[in-house]
Amino acid sequence: MISENLTRDISRAMRRVDAVDKSEGRSKYISDYDFKDCLWARMVRSSIPRGKIKNIKLPQLPQGYYWVSYKDIPEGGHNYLHMIATDWKCFADDRVLYVGETIGLIVGPDKTKVEDLRDLIEIEYEEEEPAVSIDDGVACKGGAFINENNIHCHLKLEVGEDVESVFKRCDRVVGETIETGFQEHVYLETNGACCVPESNGNYTIYASAQCPFYIRKSIAPVLNIDPEKITVKQTTTGGAFGGKEHFPDVLCGPLLLAAYKTGKAVKMIFDREEDIENSVKRHPSKVVFRTGLDKDGNILAMDSKVYYNVGAYLASSYVVLQRGCFHVSGCYEFPNFRTEGFGVATNTFPSCAFRGFGAPQTLFAIETHMCHLAQMYGIDPLEYKSRYFIKQGDTTSTNGKIVEKVMIPEMLEQVLKASDYRRKAKEYKAGSGKGIGISFYNHGGAFTGNGESAIIKAKCRLHKYPDGTVEILNGQTEMGQGFHSILPKIAAHVLEIPVEKVIYKDPDTSRVPDSGPTAASRSTMIVGKLVEDAARQMKMRWDKEEEFEVETNYQHPEGFPWDQGTFQGYAYLGYGWGVCAVEVEVDPCTGEVTTKGVWSSHDGGHLIDEMIVHGQVNGGVLQGLGWASTEVMQNVGGHFKQTSMSDYMVPTSRDFPKQECFFVDNPYEWGPFGAKGLGELVFNGSAAAYIDAVSRAIGKRISSIPCPTEQVMLYMLDGKNIGEEL
Amino acid sequence: MEAKISFKLNGKNVSITTDPLRRLLDVLREDMGCTGVKEGCSEGECGACSVMFNGKMVTPCLIPVGAADKQEIMTIEGVRETELGARIVQAFADGGAVQCGFCIPGMVIAAYNLLQDNSNPSDDEIRLAISGNICRCTGYDLIVESIKLAAGRAK
Repeated sequence: MISENLTRDISRAMRRVDAVDKSEGRSKYISDYDFKDCLWARMVRSSIPRGKIKNIKLPQLPQGYYWVSYKDIPEGGHNYLHMIATDWKCFADDRVLYVGETIGLIVGPDKTKVEDLRDLIEIEYEEEEPAVSIDDGVACKGGAFINENNIHCHLKLEVGEDVESVFKRCDRVVGETIETGFQEHVYLETNGACCVPESNGNYTIYASAQCPFYIRKSIAPVLNIDPEKITVKQTTTGGAFGGKEHFPDVLCGPLLLAAYKTGKAVKMIFDREEDIENSVKRHPSKVVFRTGLDKDGNILAMDSKVYYNVGAYLASSYVVLQRGCFHVSGCYEFPNFRTEGFGVATNTFPSCAFRGFGAPQTLFAIETHMCHLAQMYGIDPLEYKSRYFIKQGDTTSTNGKIVEKVMIPEMLEQVLKASDYRRKAKEYKAGSGKGIGISFYNHGGAFTGNGESAIIKAKCRLHKYPDGTVEILNGQTEMGQGFHSILPKIAAHVLEIPVEKVIYKDPDTSRVPDSGPTAASRSTMIVGKLVEDAARQMKMRWDKEEEFEVETNYQHPEGFPWDQGTFQGYAYLGYGWGVCAVEVEVDPCTGEVTTKGVWSSHDGGHLIDEMIVHGQVNGGVLQGLGWASTEVMQNVGGHFKQTSMSDYMVPTSRDFPKQECFFVDNPYEWGPFGAKGLGELVFNGSAAAYIDAVSRAIGKRISSIPCPTEQVMLYMLDGKNIGEEL
Repeated sequence: MEAKISFKLNGKNVSITTDPLRRLLDVLREDMGCTGVKEGCSEGECGACSVMFNGKMVTPCLIPVGAADKQEIMTIEGVRETELGARIVQAFADGGAVQCGFCIPGMVIAAYNLLQDNSNPSDDEIRLAISGNICRCTGYDLIVESIKLAAGRAK
């Protein structure tokens, strides 16, 4: 239960603890450290998407310069990185599966010399035909290279009656395919790490990273050592968004081997071009719907096939695909529903975590499909969607129930009032050049089902020192989202001490317990609660003991079963919920879109800090608008075409107007002070609202993103009209 | 070929003998210890490395250090010591402008560059002034608000 007197002030904005140091340029990011006698490393990578390595011709290496490859892995060591799957190789051996795959490192004392030597390496390949797109992968272009069908992973979910038999009694069954593209994270700080061998035979990794404990576990097999012999220290991290969840392992594994071979500290910092061309992206997706309707347009059954472009290695993608499939029914309850997910192997850089972790793609798909169904029957999309809104107690796509109160009606009212949606939706005729769109979305907080208790088993410690300061000890990282301000605030609030008396350092795996990854919108919801509980226990002993520690362990609430084998049951106990409206004007000659307004309302439970949440909303919504519009990332023949910040365009301060943000207060029973996860939720919906608005403005149906100006123009010239039969 | 290059950095005279074609960004970070100057894109696109050069904002990733000879440069390390710079820093902290922080020293410079000439900018003027500085975290709104806050706090 949430105690009233403690919740009273927690939401009030607090100055972030890191704001002044960051603004003054004092915070040290990985490239700001000067490691003593440090060697520089540059990666040597595959320049082809698929083939065999026939020969590697190295230049004469001067004294003190090294070539590091899989051949340096000591006996007993493994040439893989232990992410969720263990298929991503630390170094390519005899074959390469994507452009950019790590083949080796050139290591040495002078950075420029290392680069020059790298450029002299000649690699001879026997090239094979690559599969690049989802369609290529499914068609096994060039021959299957994963299983016999290029399908890395697969799952199927069904609710209600068999959809095929329902389809037989429908008035009609319509089909539609919705697609989304690659998205690059563009964290402002590129990837970088340094591995330092210690005199006792252990290693210390310094890295710009989200999940220090992931790195340790992932790279220890390379030397076949106990993960505890590797200490990971997170350095101030300049943005991540999922792009530094597993990907730092791809730098740190080779660096560990280089430090082992040379006996020296080895550092690697990517430049921007290297980072854009050779890092993980958001999975491109294709969702194929078949929807059975009665004569009035009511949905009787829906079938969806979800394809994600996984790339060459599975890594964490099965979990991404699962989350995608769990969110494909959006904020709706349909009577009969089936979804089947396919993780498709292609010869592209492996896709991985990106804010939303698979949910944004399917949410964009369902929102867009629902709009198109509504328009086919001449019904306003808002009116049509609202017939199916899911409520507390309703059945989810995994045959669980919605546990909490769903406040979509209240959130919708806020957005309707502020945006004047109803009037505008009526007044702006299809193709008039003006349009307003609306979307609904959610995001299941924390790991799916019983993952928090079965897989993560988070622990958190609080230490009270004799001078009355308290230290929070856990593995959660600050990467910009504000967690290192949120957590001290929670502890200080319970202990009734000033927040300045709470210490919370960047994690060092040798001195903090593993509280799980900083991912999955779980930090506030799960670890925040562990800190709240620990602080309550500490408070009871506060006056009696001078120095002591309290440790709390995560316990999953009882009565919400989940079967990870069949994906049946309660996938999430608490969802974040969102409503977003976007208004645009489109130039009838050029197709240029001017966004006139962006309104959103979010349910993140009871908010811990209004200002931090406000910043999360603004940033997440804008990233979603970028994904929908200008962020074009093409892969042609296995090569990314956009390789810099001049050709991959993220929104600037002038591309979208000031947002209006609203919230509802909906305390979550198992969260700290009633808070839920929110960091990913805020990304999940703006793309669909934007595309709905643009589509109405030009009077054409849009079924794929990104949709930059030139694409808008193509739709205007040659698109299907809104309302045409699907 | 090396040359001796002298310039004024954050109010002090400095000189260095180096290849005049080295990027000013590298000299500031590696030789002068100004690590508050951040490298984001290396092509003048993101603004993270912004510094004041003879009173105007530039991106030193595009400038050879030879061009700095006999010129005056102020980095975040100098700007934060000025009344206006300190006011912007405090407003950024109070207004929620800062998330991951990597773009922020450059944003402070952009705000400084604007407010030194325009003490009461409109929202549009602020958005224009920071349009060469990419932020991937904040969506810019609270940065704009914080710059207004800094302007409003002028004595």
